Amino acid sequence: MTTTLQQASCTQYSRVLGIGGVRGEHVVPNADIVEAINSSDEWIQQRTGIISRMRSGPDVNVLDLAEGAARAAIAHAGIEASQIDTVILSTVTYFRQTPAGATQIADRIGATPAAAYDISAACAGYTYGIAQADALVRAGAARCVLVIGAEKMSDFIDPTDRSISFLLGDGAGAAIVGPSDFPGIGPTIWGSDGSRAETIGQTEDWQQAIRSGQWPTLRQEGPAVFKWASFQMAPIAKQAMAAAGVTADQIQAFVPHQANMRIIDQLIKQLKLPDGIAVGRDIAETGNTSAASIPLAIERLYREGQVSSGDLALQIGFGAGLAYGAQVIVLP
Amino acid sequence: MALNEQEVLAGLTEIIVEETGIAAEDVASEKSFTDDLDIDSLSMMTIVAQAEDKFEVTIPDDEVKNLATVGDAVSFITKAQD
Ligand SMILES: CC(C)(COP(=O)(O)OP(=O)(O)OC[C@H]1O[C@@H](n2cnc3c(N)ncnc32)[C@H](O)[C@@H]1OP(=O)(O)O)[C@@H](O)C(=O)NCCC(=O)NCCS
Repeated sequence: MTTTLQQASCTQYSRVLGIGGVRGEHVVPNADIVEAINSSDEWIQQRTGIISRMRSGPDVNVLDLAEGAARAAIAHAGIEASQIDTVILSTVTYFRQTPAGATQIADRIGATPAAAYDISAACAGYTYGIAQADALVRAGAARCVLVIGAEKMSDFIDPTDRSISFLLGDGAGAAIVGPSDFPGIGPTIWGSDGSRAETIGQTEDWQQAIRSGQWPTLRQEGPAVFKWASFQMAPIAKQAMAAAGVTADQIQAFVPHQANMRIIDQLIKQLKLPDGIAVGRDIAETGNTSAASIPLAIERLYREGQVSSGDLALQIGFGAGLAYGAQVIVLP
Repeated sequence: MALNEQEVLAGLTEIIVEETGIAAEDVASEKSFTDDLDIDSLSMMTIVAQAEDKFEVTIPDDEVKNLATVGDAVSFITKAQD
């Protein structure tokens, strides 16, 4: 061998440059959905903290939501869409196996020819996307990554299902990740447990669904998932803080996946987070939007003045797979 | 060293008191988690997770529905220790 290859040169640090999101345009209060599941507003509030969820109508699809979030994150970052060289779309509610939705988002916002692909990690998807964006930027494979978590969950709900449908909302959240002068994204602690794949997910695969003529919807084993999320995820969040070299009293915000207010409260207890820390509680009015929930919860914390630029936020996503991911980031 | 039923009851009572705020003297073997102690399934899962940690046992998710009373949980945990 005589010729030596050149390899991309690494960048030392990365950070999140902007975050934004959009929610479904309709407010769906508990009262509108309780009859079909023989439940009550009180039961849902007491078990989940959800008062209402936001859902989109038939003329809005998951890519429309993704585009809205992308534009909001671009505006927050103060960049031009043409600077984006990579688009990662995390979704489990886009109807096409191929082509990826991400290429169309890149085109719609004016980022063509950005590299663009979809990922599937459900409620952990946003943290997986941030992990990839961070790695791509620092490895020199990308300079400006758009990460989007977008879900139109309402396309996969069964109004008579008591296990998960009543929790779900529609929305999209996005972040821009690029090079930085300072460390802006802590190491990601991520993983999965496929032995528990059946605890949350689609009722039937597409082939079964076509044969049976039944549209697949989502189901979960609620109590088992509650226990896993509340007790197995706290050590993951602790590892993310330790890997980033921070302690619970040094972070300003805790933004877990918005699955259930009681999971959020249990995690706060397990992590011994100090009083007065900002906590993402967007679930109360947005519902569980899977991959979109973390950036949407952050968007709300900004809007309510609970966080500001430079704050440290611990974020953790967890859900179907089972899959999880956590990292500490500096808020843009 | 394995704890006896009395000791498991005492330990489990502490967990229940901490999770629910129920007075310790109201927790007894014959009490039903749902009907007497008003513990919903999510609090029950929290109690189970803490008991697993405290007594170093595994309580499978599908076993939890069979634990109707405090006494049921105490005997399950006591046996599971061996
Ligand atoms: C879904 C969830 C709210 C269900 O609550 P739960 O208390 O665990 O429900 P259970 O299945 O144990 O049922 C408890 C009782 O409530 C009833 N129930 C269940 N779902 C109900 C509903 N949607 N409305 C009214 N009653 C309901 C059951 O019939 C049962 O009644 P019974 O005691 O008279 O038999 C809860 O398990 C949960 O949120 N888990 C976390 C899952 C999650 O967030 N997943 C997303 C992660 S991505």
